[in-house]
Amino acid sequence: MALRSTDVLTQTPQGLYCPLGDFHIDPVRPVKRALITHGHSDHARSGHNAVLATGETLRIMDVRYGEDFAGRKQEAPLGESMRLGDVSVRFTPAGHVLGSAQISIEAGGTRVVVSGDYKRAEDPTCLPYELVPCDVFITEATFGLPVFRHPDARAEIRKLLESVALFPERTHILGAYALGKAQRVMALLREEGYDRPIHLHGAMERLTEFYKSEGISLGATPKVMASERSKLAGAIVICPPSSMQDLWSRRFPDPVTCFASGWMRVRARARQKGVELPLVISDHSDWDDLCRTIRETGAGEVWVTHGQEDALVHWCTTHGIKARPLHMLGYGDEGEAEDAPQSGGEA
Amino acid sequence: MNRFAALLDRLAYEPRRNAKLRLIMDYFRHTPDPERGYALAAMTHALMFKEAKPGLIRGLAEERTDPELFRMSYHYVGDLAETVALIWPAPGHESVAPASPETPPIGHNNPPPHVPTLTEVVETLATTSKSDLPAKVAGWLDALDETGRWALLKLITRELRVGVSARLAKTAVAQLGGIEPDEVELIWHGLEAPYEDLFAWVEGRGPKPESGNPAPFRPPMLSHPLEEEDFEKLDAADFLAEWKWDGIRLQAVSGHDSHGRPVRRIYSRTGEDVSRAFPDLVEALNFEGAIDGELLIVRDGLVQSFNVLQQRLNRKAVTPKLIAEFPAHLRVYDVLTEGAEDLRDLPFAERRKRLEALVARLGDPRIDLSPMVPFRTWEDLAAARANPASAGAGPDADAIEGCMVKRASSPYLPGRPKGYWYKWKRDPYLVDAVMMYGQRGHGKRSSFYSDYTFGVWREGPNGEELVPVGKAYHGFTDEELVKLDRYVRNHTVKRFGPVREVEYGKDRGLVLEVAFEGLQRSTRHKSGVAMRFPRISRIRWDKPAAEADRIETLEKILERGEKEIHPLKEQET
Repeated sequence: MALRSTDVLTQTPQGLYCPLGDFHIDPVRPVKRALITHGHSDHARSGHNAVLATGETLRIMDVRYGEDFAGRKQEAPLGESMRLGDVSVRFTPAGHVLGSAQISIEAGGTRVVVSGDYKRAEDPTCLPYELVPCDVFITEATFGLPVFRHPDARAEIRKLLESVALFPERTHILGAYALGKAQRVMALLREEGYDRPIHLHGAMERLTEFYKSEGISLGATPKVMASERSKLAGAIVICPPSSMQDLWSRRFPDPVTCFASGWMRVRARARQKGVELPLVISDHSDWDDLCRTIRETGAGEVWVTHGQEDALVHWCTTHGIKARPLHMLGYGDEGEAEDAPQSGGEA
Repeated sequence: MNRFAALLDRLAYEPRRNAKLRLIMDYFRHTPDPERGYALAAMTHALMFKEAKPGLIRGLAEERTDPELFRMSYHYVGDLAETVALIWPAPGHESVAPASPETPPIGHNNPPPHVPTLTEVVETLATTSKSDLPAKVAGWLDALDETGRWALLKLITRELRVGVSARLAKTAVAQLGGIEPDEVELIWHGLEAPYEDLFAWVEGRGPKPESGNPAPFRPPMLSHPLEEEDFEKLDAADFLAEWKWDGIRLQAVSGHDSHGRPVRRIYSRTGEDVSRAFPDLVEALNFEGAIDGELLIVRDGLVQSFNVLQQRLNRKAVTPKLIAEFPAHLRVYDVLTEGAEDLRDLPFAERRKRLEALVARLGDPRIDLSPMVPFRTWEDLAAARANPASAGAGPDADAIEGCMVKRASSPYLPGRPKGYWYKWKRDPYLVDAVMMYGQRGHGKRSSFYSDYTFGVWREGPNGEELVPVGKAYHGFTDEELVKLDRYVRNHTVKRFGPVREVEYGKDRGLVLEVAFEGLQRSTRHKSGVAMRFPRISRIRWDKPAAEADRIETLEKILERGEKEIHPLKEQET
């Protein structure tokens, strides 16, 4: 007899839990054994007894929390099945950020895929998303409304470069999340032929150095010194979104405030943050890719973890797919306390 | 269309005037005729087509999308055109379409839709019938991307709203060729989209276009505020004075076209043709020439307040009832041309004589002279300004916001030349209010909390409370801004996006002395009053919040009208 999906995976206050394998996935509180999809701080927290994740994700956690962030660390090789209790587990690239993975769990002929955060768009800084057919697909819905369609990220980068050419006496200050988005933007700038130094806010430095140590070339990325801020006319400076318009940004010459985020698709969002050059670049799936991915997995049942759950659940239902929202708390707030949009930060 | 859309997109987010100018010039430089000319027409509101109604756009979207998904999306985005631009599905696009078997998917071997140019859009709109419009618009939406669709929808609904005035767009054209914007202004009303002759001229490829307009707009002459230290330098004998009326500055021009038919136009200060809003005044322009004056509402010979005038403005339909209730009146200051004669090089004193003769000949009660205010010394004028009612203005004193002081020898020069005309405004009202919220500014001020909402005390249901009465974002120096910004950051109690609520109460809070020009009743404000031109005149670091003013102080100003010149100042000293 085939197992019910809830035998394979259930929801607990700590997060998603697999009773047959006795582990949690991306738990928001310390647990005995955690499987972690990717290194963003809302998914990868410290303090678990044992952590299983890709090598890159473990090293990102080392950088962020120090090497003793968990009692035991185990690397999950991509594409290889592992036995955990009564289930078989496999990590597959999710295309979200460096090291990000989907986790599939199989037991008794039922396969459940926890996709974590994922995108289908191309990204020079991480492995591309790989489709895993399954019975139950667990998806995020950060951009789960049909108004969110991400354009080609390269065209957005060209917008930035055109602005730099038109306003050579001003500093372009670009807000980008410190893990993933910032490095993707740097890599795209290089691919578009920008070869001048890309200046970094101090908070960007460690993770950018880490990306470089993983073999991703980002060119010269000097840290901005307080004394030289006023001399950076014509430069591109990348900082965390919370610093875009804070006291830190004041010393730059007549800055142009830029922000790379999927939220920038909606004008009121961009305006509310005082952004002058919004760049719609996201590390999440847009609406079309959420729908396409659900279809392609062939899943008969979809659980929506966080984001704009209602619209995606509505779409699934009208397309003959069983779906339910999990309304999970604690996701979508990676470290952007002050200026995070109300319904989620990491985007 | 894509380049134009990209320009509008950038302009919509850019707060700085000079940066906007540069963006527009860059677009003009890199866009061929006639495309750029239609863009100029769009930015100067000169495009002639019937605008599409929101209903049409909503209808198109509802045909293509699942109603529930559309509802959730509109709720989230909050703007209809933007929602439709973002949600618009390509033909056969399954992830948004209603899940109905009746919508057959469109084959993939259709050729990709043709991306329209702005020129095509404008030319098609001018000739398409109302019934064909939806299909046309749908076809364009299919071909454009999100930004293109947004720009198209804003264009066809005539709701561009990207913070560009007609004047700014004309300035951008002028600067292409290093020409003064006023030169473009002078020939503007004889030109038509797509302005190929204008671009040829500013780029040095063609002759200056003739102004074929029999009733052209001429840029008005503006004044500088009179500062305390100016009096020592200025000799009262060189100047004439008149009242500064609290209305809307207009230019009324009357001429004849080549067939001898009368052409009469009324322009705003910025050159916008507003004739259609004032048919009663157009009718009265029985002269040949151009005059400069103030639009007022006059009932039974009495000038009404600006609040009354506002009720005549911004109405879509100008009905006979509106005209009867709010009769438009022009109180004239100056004459620019008469017949074929350009009077602008004459001294003001001589133009004034010509103006007096012209108004006398007209003999129309809807057009009268702004009376001169006689004075010998600056002290005389100060007395008149402090009490216009007894200095000749009589009951019209309510509609006076100070004096205009004009050099008798001044020619009529476009723009704001130095040394000729001065405005000496009445002292503002002052009120001590408590800061309640700070909001981040824009552009250069985006890292500062520079917009302050302030309140005064009132008796609420739970005792004494502060009620917000206004918001101000200027009046302070850059050094004061740094201090105010720090104050907001250090006294924040709550955050709402870009807004911070600060500490306030009887025993804490920062008192701001707010200056303002007037008050009106408002149902949109919790306090029931709205201020005109509020600004921070002083920061009262020393004053306890409990001693700030009460709502009754504002109520009294409302009740008194604007009869007294500076009631609060007197009270305080």
